[in-house]
Amino acid sequence: MFYREVGQYKSSYRADQAIFPITNDRIGVMLILIVAFVVPPLSGNQYIMGPILTQLLVFGLAALGLNLLTGYAGQVSLGSGGFMAVGAFGCYNLVLRLPEIPIFIDFILAGLMAAAVGILFGIPSLRIKGFYLAVATLASQFFLLWIFDHVGWFTNYDPAGVASAPTTTLFGSLAEEGGVLGFLAPINVLVSGPNATPEAKYILTLSVVVVLALLAKNLVRGMTGRAWMAIRDFDIAAEIIGIRPLRTKLLAFAISSFYCGVAGALYVFTYVGNADTEAFDLIRSFTILFMIIIGGLGSIMGSFLGAAFIVLLPPFLNILASHFGEGTLSGATLANLELIIFGGSIVFILAVEPQGIARMWQIAKEKLRQWPFPY
Amino acid sequence: MDTATTTDVQTYETERVREFTNFILEVEGIFVSFGGVKALQDVSFTVYEGEIFSIIGPNGAGKTSMLNVISGFYKANAGRITYQGNDRTKASPEQVARMGFARTFQNIALFKGMSTLDNIMTGRIVRVKNNFLKEAFYFPAQPQEDAQREYVEQIIDFLEIQSIRKTPVGKLPYGLQKRVELGRALAMEPKILLLDEPMAGMNLEEKEDMARFVLDVNDEFGTTVVLIEHDMGVVMDISDHVVVLDHGERIAHGVPDDVRTNKDVIRAYLGEH
Repeated sequence: MFYREVGQYKSSYRADQAIFPITNDRIGVMLILIVAFVVPPLSGNQYIMGPILTQLLVFGLAALGLNLLTGYAGQVSLGSGGFMAVGAFGCYNLVLRLPEIPIFIDFILAGLMAAAVGILFGIPSLRIKGFYLAVATLASQFFLLWIFDHVGWFTNYDPAGVASAPTTTLFGSLAEEGGVLGFLAPINVLVSGPNATPEAKYILTLSVVVVLALLAKNLVRGMTGRAWMAIRDFDIAAEIIGIRPLRTKLLAFAISSFYCGVAGALYVFTYVGNADTEAFDLIRSFTILFMIIIGGLGSIMGSFLGAAFIVLLPPFLNILASHFGEGTLSGATLANLELIIFGGSIVFILAVEPQGIARMWQIAKEKLRQWPFPY
Repeated sequence: MDTATTTDVQTYETERVREFTNFILEVEGIFVSFGGVKALQDVSFTVYEGEIFSIIGPNGAGKTSMLNVISGFYKANAGRITYQGNDRTKASPEQVARMGFARTFQNIALFKGMSTLDNIMTGRIVRVKNNFLKEAFYFPAQPQEDAQREYVEQIIDFLEIQSIRKTPVGKLPYGLQKRVELGRALAMEPKILLLDEPMAGMNLEEKEDMARFVLDVNDEFGTTVVLIEHDMGVVMDISDHVVVLDHGERIAHGVPDDVRTNKDVIRAYLGEH
């Protein structure tokens, strides 16, 4: 009843192709963004900002990266953990060895490193498709993690092989008092390391994710996205209209790995604060793949919905269990029950809507447009 | 895109004999075999610029193989394909597309997950000079994107599919899907349009519509059309020249009236007498 585009006429193609053509959507997204930027920092709740929201954003970004590759370009990959590791250790070394660079430029550079590695491991995609390609991308997972485990330089010769995020400021060491960029010193806040506030970490993560998600949305609704989807839906027909398969697929691998790489860097610097290769193992790759399957392949929002499902549902069930089950059931039973409900809801979602939560949301919107009329 | 002058349409209703001067496509001595099966044996024909050219023949005659050779999917074992005077025998499908060939498929080859509009927009990919960085930042890419959209909207108008603009093509009925596929091919602004059975599985009305679109495309844009079709009525009505294949060999080549009365052609279609 309130959600409908009746009366919203478009007089130019540009308006018709706008990112949110319906005014209600535009207002809604602005509200969500304002709430996301303002409310958690004001609440001061460390648990909400850290383990909940930052984790959600980091994995949402990684899922978005994989979704560009798998959901849009149709190339199944199990290497996202490996590409996150490249971003994580790449960013760690950049900050460690070149502290002059502002942290957000480090993120971009780390992403570019991951993109380069992604292109390399994307080459087999010209010949191999589907499940076989997924198995081929496992190579990146094993190969990359092996290197980070065995070449001490990447973790600065840490005996445990852990990369701990050094104390880092937003604009880097040059912006400290007396530096070349000294005028930035008052806003050169700590964003990483033991003394950084959760607010600073959260806002930095959110800003990076919002900007990257917007860029991804622009990509997929432009010619790049159309070329990806064409390759995904019918590669022979795509070739016949002049799409270069290798270039298109490698671009998807590069951009996808860029996103995973930035997510890996955020994981080390704003979420956990340190990382070893265990954090980016095969289980991680699988989890990210599950996020996009549950959230919805080929949907930007689906990546975040899927990440929310996997990241938020277990702690939510945990809270529920301790709330209602305390005293009546044993701890072990409750823990098992949580897992059962978690697994059951995955099956439920996929049975009800194989195209994921994003599709459910779309259907709900469709219904909302017509409500309360049945037609 | 010019609007048609209505007087031109009249000529189709009378005898359809048109004069052509330049060859746009020359196919010489093409051999293709898969293992022991000889799909094409020494097939040659020439297509004039601006004509409607049909490839016909019984099932398994090698018509689609011929189209696949022209569009670069199959590599000929021997022979030569010359396009506007240049040898292009070894070109890949993507290079062939960039030269000005567009094609539709016998079994519809649309991008099922995308809307009609997006499907036709993909046909403009060869014309766009944006790169992904410009697109990521949206505004630098926008003037180009607008221009492509405008062109595509003209095609949508031309094919009379305005109402299904935003519908996912997977949900469309068969006849409309064929039309959208033609639209995608037209969006490439091709010099030569290769149509593989554009009217297969259609009812009479849909066939008439499709024949009208083919004629209009040929007329308005001067696009050369090479088509495979089983409906002899359509072929004989709209073609300027016809080549007949049987068992991978060329058995006739000429204007429809000559082909119609050719002994070999009658034998191929009706069997030995």
